[in-house]
Amino acid sequence: MIGIRERGKIGVGLFILSEANFFLLLIIAYVYYHAYPGQGPTAASALNVARTAAFSLALFASSATIFMASRAARRGHDGALVTWLAITIALGAVFILGQAREYYDLIEGGLGVSRNLFATTFFTLTGFHGLHVIIGLVALSITFALAVNGKLHAETRDGFGAVEWYWHFVDAVWVVVFSVVYLWSAAS
Amino acid sequence: MSQMVEAGVAPAVVTSEREGLLKWVASVDHKEIGILYLISAMAFFLIGGVEALVIRTQLLAPGLHIVSPETFDQMFTIHGTTMIFLFVMPMLTGFSTYIVPLMIGARDVAFPRLNAMSFWIQLFGGIILYFSFLAGGAASAGWFAYTPLSEKAYSSLPGVDFWIVGIACIGIGTLAGAINLAVTILCLRVEGLTIRRLPLFVWMTLVNSFLMIFALPLINAALAMLLIDRFFNAHVFDPANGGSALLWQHYFWSFGHPEVYIMILPAFGIISEVIPVFSRKPIYGYEFVAASSVAIAFLSFTVWAHHMFAVGMSHVANLAFGVASMTIAVPTGIKIFNWTATMYGGRIRFTTAMMFAVSFLFTFTIGGLSGISFAIFPLDWQLTDTYYLVAHFHYVLVGGSVFGIFAGFYYWFPKFSGRLLSERLGKWQFWLTFIGFNLTFFVQHILGLAGMPRRVFTYPDLPGWQVMNVISSIGAFMLGFAVVLFVWMIFDALSKGEIAGDNPWEAWTLEWATTSPPPPENFDRVPPVHGRRPLWDLAHPDRADELVAGA
Repeated sequence: MIGIRERGKIGVGLFILSEANFFLLLIIAYVYYHAYPGQGPTAASALNVARTAAFSLALFASSATIFMASRAARRGHDGALVTWLAITIALGAVFILGQAREYYDLIEGGLGVSRNLFATTFFTLTGFHGLHVIIGLVALSITFALAVNGKLHAETRDGFGAVEWYWHFVDAVWVVVFSVVYLWSAAS
Repeated sequence: MSQMVEAGVAPAVVTSEREGLLKWVASVDHKEIGILYLISAMAFFLIGGVEALVIRTQLLAPGLHIVSPETFDQMFTIHGTTMIFLFVMPMLTGFSTYIVPLMIGARDVAFPRLNAMSFWIQLFGGIILYFSFLAGGAASAGWFAYTPLSEKAYSSLPGVDFWIVGIACIGIGTLAGAINLAVTILCLRVEGLTIRRLPLFVWMTLVNSFLMIFALPLINAALAMLLIDRFFNAHVFDPANGGSALLWQHYFWSFGHPEVYIMILPAFGIISEVIPVFSRKPIYGYEFVAASSVAIAFLSFTVWAHHMFAVGMSHVANLAFGVASMTIAVPTGIKIFNWTATMYGGRIRFTTAMMFAVSFLFTFTIGGLSGISFAIFPLDWQLTDTYYLVAHFHYVLVGGSVFGIFAGFYYWFPKFSGRLLSERLGKWQFWLTFIGFNLTFFVQHILGLAGMPRRVFTYPDLPGWQVMNVISSIGAFMLGFAVVLFVWMIFDALSKGEIAGDNPWEAWTLEWATTSPPPPENFDRVPPVHGRRPLWDLAHPDRADELVAGA
């Protein structure tokens, strides 16, 4: 029997299943038009893989830091919890700023959403992922505020667990997106 | 439990009207939110019904111009969208939201505030959809909004934009509701209510929640891309600029076919409660009813392209999707046998709920059989986009889902309100619905075989066509009258219906163990659960059901 305290995590687990299907269609659209490219820029010609790899590392590292935060929470180490949460938020912010910079350069270079199908599906896929990171940052900030005020105790721990699962999911989606969009273009 | 008579007499709250309204808006109680779902779904049922009657009036005679072709297109688009997204889905969600926590002996759903958000955001989606009538005209590209017709080049007015945003809101609300109900069923069951003892309505709600969790994000992703096409001049689904119109069809139907089962599984659940209670027998083959639903849920994700036989897929694809579509008839057929076998040898009480449940078996089976005929793809090529198709899906959606909804209403209304719907008027309402429905849609099979295309605002004066269209329209007005009668019956019963008591049908599941309507906390004490029919075991300890092993 599942403990009643776990219901937030179960709920977010089901939400993640649903979100995975959402991203599946965005990825299929990207891959489909990658296989049948039209005119104009492609992933290989437009993307700066090395720079994106750098700010992707920040996002990947944030999965480890949120794990440390949740371990600190389980052990009741409030100071460590606050620190690890702050580092997680900072790493997520680095990723978003990196993505903003990438978008700015692409659009300045004349590659807007409507340029061609690569651009459309690229911005749709990475944009929706970025939106999920921002939502995760909002949730993490709320958690952080609770932790700073010492309100992240046993009753709200399930909520933090749910945020943690969501954050790992957002990270895992980026592993797939980074592989499909950036590594594939570098390989071809 | 002795206060139940009081509870039925007067509404629980005697405050000023404004406070009364605020109470509903601010409510996070699953029973009140369930009622809100039922009210809003019933309102949209009436609106969608008016749209259907506009369609049937326009088709009374060949060459009529009662409405313009543009208006006609808006009517069938918004009629379909309304009936699917704003009537059947929220109505069934309303039943689940109200009944499931009671059936599992819980105080409320797992996330009461999320529950309120689910309802209000889907209602907001409905309002956005209808606002388009005031903002330059509603969408007119059909409920599946095929591209490129739904792209900016062919639908330049904002109707499709309102349609997209409205459906997306409804999708988000419905998804949140599905997650909520699934977690409720997984985490909040009363002691002893193992997964193998769950009432079948709860089982169907659980399976249905998983269907929604997997299917709704598919439509929302596709809608997002269509909106990006329309707003940012992108071309994902626009073949004139390198996009693929077929990609939209694949995306849409990968959601659209599971959606068909989203609309029928809870109705299966209602039927699985009503038929045993009014046959005075436990359900025949409980495990098969539950397991075949899981099979249906899996298979429903493998048959989407049977909506696309006419676009010219490969022979292998046609065969694969044709065979898969026929396969799905097996678990569905198993259920029909289960329900029939449940009635066999039972002491059947033909209450109105039971009459709707039994007629469901007939009409839904007809719709299922015409569905199999569409899986034979050469037949599909002949009949697609004719009135035969319209007849087919109305037999499953009205003859299936809507008859199930009526059965559920007659069955659970006493629990919602503390009063019984009139059985005398109920019989009239049933026969008007049954005859009106068959008059409306049976002839449409023949019209379709004769070649009458759907979604065309008028038709030529060919032999027999007008007679059949008039029969269909007369049936439609009978159906409309039956619905108005039903709404009147609800108001009548609320003010002077017979007091129901806790358990008017001598049913066996936990929602009947509390007062009608239940108190805010649902139960004083939940009876012990050792099997599938706790109230039977409680009333007949000497003849208790065989113990079902825990899982």
